[in-house]
Amino acid sequence: MRKASIKPLQFIFEAAVLACLFTLVQYAINSNIINQYYQINLASICINIILAVSLNLINGFTGQLSLGHAGFMAVGAYAAAVMTTSLNQPFVFGIMAACLAAALAGLIIGVPTLRLKGDYLAIATLGFGEIIRVVLQNIDYIGGPAGIQGIPVYTNWPWLFGSSVLTIVVIVNIINSSYGRAIISVREDEVASELMGINTTRYKVLAFVIGALLAGLAGALYAHYFYIIKPDNFNFLKSFDILVMVVLGGLGSTTGAVIAAIFITVLTAVLQSFPAIRMILYALILVIVMIYRPQGLMGNKEWGRKTWGRIWGGKNGPSANK
Amino acid sequence: MVHLQINRLSKAFGGLSAVLDFNFQLDKNELLGLIGPNGAGKTTVFNLITGVYKPDAGEIRFNGQNIAGLPAYRICQQGIARTFQNIRLFKDISVLDNVRIALHQNVPYSLLSAVARTPVFFKGEAKIEAQARKILKIFNLDDKRREIASNLPYGEQRRLEIARALATKPSLLILDEPAAGMNPNETRELMELIQWLRLQFDLSILLIEHDMSLVMGVCERIYVLDYGQVIAEGRPEEIRNNPRVIEAYLGEEVG
Repeated sequence: MRKASIKPLQFIFEAAVLACLFTLVQYAINSNIINQYYQINLASICINIILAVSLNLINGFTGQLSLGHAGFMAVGAYAAAVMTTSLNQPFVFGIMAACLAAALAGLIIGVPTLRLKGDYLAIATLGFGEIIRVVLQNIDYIGGPAGIQGIPVYTNWPWLFGSSVLTIVVIVNIINSSYGRAIISVREDEVASELMGINTTRYKVLAFVIGALLAGLAGALYAHYFYIIKPDNFNFLKSFDILVMVVLGGLGSTTGAVIAAIFITVLTAVLQSFPAIRMILYALILVIVMIYRPQGLMGNKEWGRKTWGRIWGGKNGPSANK
Repeated sequence: MVHLQINRLSKAFGGLSAVLDFNFQLDKNELLGLIGPNGAGKTTVFNLITGVYKPDAGEIRFNGQNIAGLPAYRICQQGIARTFQNIRLFKDISVLDNVRIALHQNVPYSLLSAVARTPVFFKGEAKIEAQARKILKIFNLDDKRREIASNLPYGEQRRLEIARALATKPSLLILDEPAAGMNPNETRELMELIQWLRLQFDLSILLIEHDMSLVMGVCERIYVLDYGQVIAEGRPEEIRNNPRVIEAYLGEEVG
């Protein structure tokens, strides 16, 4: 951050770009240029962006390998669905309940597991993710294995767009602050970080809770778009999908997480037409990318204001990045 | 005034006593050296003081308070900062960020104001950056603040590590072989810098060093450690002629 100050013009410009994007897509939806089929994919893209960007905070920036992200998404989806379906509350309360419940689950799981490192942490989070799913399966109030049906479809383009943008802004703002640097120092060298006065446990838990909270948001949007949720939607494979996006995009790059979320979602949709060889192609593409780009599509680089500044030939863009 | 006092400190790894009944005293503003043959337990003592290891027994009094067994970040917040024998910088991030991380414990804004980008955040960030650059200037690293830390030449990485330690605002600075791998010129400059820092920042300094001429030249008092125990203590000239020290370093005389 060369000069840490607000540049009003730049801010207005960025807001205008986002508003244009939003209006254009909204117009395309209204006039059916983006039809039902594309809309479903659009919703998946937005939800996956939120999931990938939030998991990247834990795996990419904090360096803690978590394999239970779908568990937090499940907590959010169920909390929101119960609020709107069983309790007839408005969607906003559903989303708030989802975020709170998922953050709480993140805290409860994070405090004991984040004492572990590397493989052990991965296995512990994997186990907790599955525990969440099994617990949901065995509560009759929320439908057991059959899940909840008939959830009102509240999730629309404004919600999807707003939530994705909010998620990205929150993560980027945290990372480009002293708190974000503390989080990154845990990834770089935990011992050195601790010896520089940073309570590493606290920052690991913080990143975990924020990541879980945003996964809960994604879960709420998911439940109110696809109107049926069951515990099996949130199994280990879902966590794995999100992890693939994060690794493919580049651990520690928010830009990479967004690009990979879009790429994987589109790829999955396109491959749906070739059901026989779908999984082979999917795996093949991943293997090829990892051979030629082991650090992920973006490495740990970002496309930010600095990049745009360079493209325009100006030097005055304040770097939002390292 | 006693700044750091260690009483009967012990630490064993399995059956091996790395440090045994270690007693030690460091006065305010003193520049003290800790020497000893390889494997004598010098770095273990440093790790015990800074909280990397928990002692098995004994107490470590810093400014009169027992800090033995506290978590490392709390010990740092009390005013003890250190560098490492094998450099442990935050490798993949910039020189400036390395120092800014050390300034985090006094972060002047909340997480919420960082997320919302309030004016408090921008003011706080400007303050942190100014402080970090001030420290980098002392170490002649300000021009390289945008470089990735691991791209710096070796000597500069060593200096950056001291800069980072200093950014935590310590009253006691612990240096683990600060001149390792430096040429004589760099070593001399480093020693002058250390002397200057001590006066400028009102520091007590404790250092491990293998370069004898350097330790003898710069330290006011020296402790000699062998097999986890203090075998000698005193002014450099006393240490130089102490038969036990010579024995520990060169082996026993034959005959």
